[in-house]
Amino acid sequence: MSADTGLELPASPPGAGARRRGGTWRSAFATPSGIAGVLLMAGVLVLAAMAVLGLTPASPRAQDVSQGLLGPSGTHWFGTDQFGRDVFSRVASGLANSMRVAVVSVAVSGVVGITLGVVAGYYQGLADRVVGVVNNVLFAFPSLLLALALAATLERSWVTVSVAIAVVYVPIFARVARGPVLSLRTADYVVAADAIGRSRLSTLVEHVLPNMAGILVVQTTLSLSWAVLTEASLSFLGFGTPPPAASLGGMVYEAQTLAVIAPWMLAFPGAALVLAVVGLNLLGDGLRSALDPRRADR
Amino acid sequence: MTSLRTAFSHPLPRRVGEAAITLLGVSLLTFVVLRVVPGDQITAAYGIAAGELSPEQIRSLQAYYGIDQPLPVQYLGWLGGVLTGNLGISANSGLTVAALTAQALPNTIELAVLAIVVGLLLGVPGGMLAASRPGRARDGATQLGSLVALSVPSFLLATAVATFLANQLGWYPNGEGYRTLLEDPWLNLQQMLLPATVLGISIASPVLQTTRAAILGIRAEDYVRTARAKGVPPRRLQVRHILRNALIPVVTMTGLQFGFLLSGALVAEQIFAIPGIGRQVLLGLNQQEYAVVQSTVLVIAAIFVLVNLLTDLVYRLVDPRVRVR
Repeated sequence: MSADTGLELPASPPGAGARRRGGTWRSAFATPSGIAGVLLMAGVLVLAAMAVLGLTPASPRAQDVSQGLLGPSGTHWFGTDQFGRDVFSRVASGLANSMRVAVVSVAVSGVVGITLGVVAGYYQGLADRVVGVVNNVLFAFPSLLLALALAATLERSWVTVSVAIAVVYVPIFARVARGPVLSLRTADYVVAADAIGRSRLSTLVEHVLPNMAGILVVQTTLSLSWAVLTEASLSFLGFGTPPPAASLGGMVYEAQTLAVIAPWMLAFPGAALVLAVVGLNLLGDGLRSALDPRRADR
Repeated sequence: MTSLRTAFSHPLPRRVGEAAITLLGVSLLTFVVLRVVPGDQITAAYGIAAGELSPEQIRSLQAYYGIDQPLPVQYLGWLGGVLTGNLGISANSGLTVAALTAQALPNTIELAVLAIVVGLLLGVPGGMLAASRPGRARDGATQLGSLVALSVPSFLLATAVATFLANQLGWYPNGEGYRTLLEDPWLNLQQMLLPATVLGISIASPVLQTTRAAILGIRAEDYVRTARAKGVPPRRLQVRHILRNALIPVVTMTGLQFGFLLSGALVAEQIFAIPGIGRQVLLGLNQQEYAVVQSTVLVIAAIFVLVNLLTDLVYRLVDPRVRVR
């Protein structure tokens, strides 16, 4: 699991980073992989938006068995499944579901995990010990197994799936946030802020957090791709987003027995899933190289 | 007190102590999470007929399964059982969970080991190739390939391979019942080939990235320059001086991927019908047998913690620089 974003901390005080910010985003999207990531994610978001706004050619749940297992055509761009449901509309709806679960789970785990990591690293002592033990326990489970156990015991819906994935990601965010805080709290400008009598909390908010924002942005992007994969795996195993709602993992599961006679049922949801994950990974890579001070002068 | 503190400041006892505390937390979390399973042992054993049981019958059944006790008592009873080797009983099969696990675990371990072999065979040469011309076309191509491999979920690759390859080649080694390595080595290896390859591909990416980074890092070391300056032949330099040292972080990375493999095994065992420990969990969840799930999840987490501990210790043994700390 990619817990390490591979970023170094900025040595400069806040302000210097802010001046560069416009340039950071521009250079993130100027690398070939960054551009590819942006384009892929734009495509994914357009499809997801179509599904959310009800602009897909058909309802993702509308069945018509007489139109079952049709190949791709002008009316059904990605073909139909065994119930005659339009695969294109279901892929769009499945992408919307993936994005929704990924954003909610990463938002929850990010807020909780970063708070835990920052508190542990900044205040140390007992807080650090307790967070350390909780982290060790959560890390002791293979990630999919923990998410599976949680998702299986809660009532099945996309919200509980998001919560299950969020729990798995809390320790990763906590660890990623703790490291930079440990070195930033002894940085000269943080010590200086303490020395002129700022409260510890305002030093934390004004000087420590802004300087680790880059690391957290990269980690968040990469976590989104892992969350998409985990949601899909859970749905494939039958413990994710419940049918008849469309989920990419669930569609792959349904295609398992039919893929030989209806390969489009496997190919399109599979491709959508892979492209969404590749897009998020490329975006994360682009951001990482743009935010990496070692590569700034290249 | 002081002697105790000195003992715990050594890496080995401290790491073992940490692992023990972690495992205790793991057992508590497993118990709390799985005790929320909707439905209980009685509905699992009697199905719809459970609705016709009288309150007295339900009470006596609860007493039979030990679920009438307060939760802390149930937890301590379970923990005490686990520590003495009693993992509980599967109500459906009537077998002990320990017996089921003893059957399933070797299959999962075999799968994981084979997957690691595949992952190393793909990742190490790939990383060497990428590092041979950093920043050039073959580096870019290898990196792109590794990114795509990282982005294809195991369940998708496994489904595609199981469906199309088997259908195209007319080769269904997993169609017949599973045979263990001891029962029928040749058929067993055929049955393991596809799942091990799928899982191996999923861990090849991090292995590749680690190999590449390690080779690039070591190539810049002074002793490599010295060796080159005194005329060590390039091939010998590559293998003896660079690759051998680069493998240290690769070994660590592979150890850390073990948990990921156990996650992947959940999926691969399900798709390729391998009766391993991941399938035991899924079966238990589907049949709402929390005794099976609870103990099996604990066993998996314990294995994971032990492998991480071993990786850490082996790393300290191999790399003298870590030992100093």
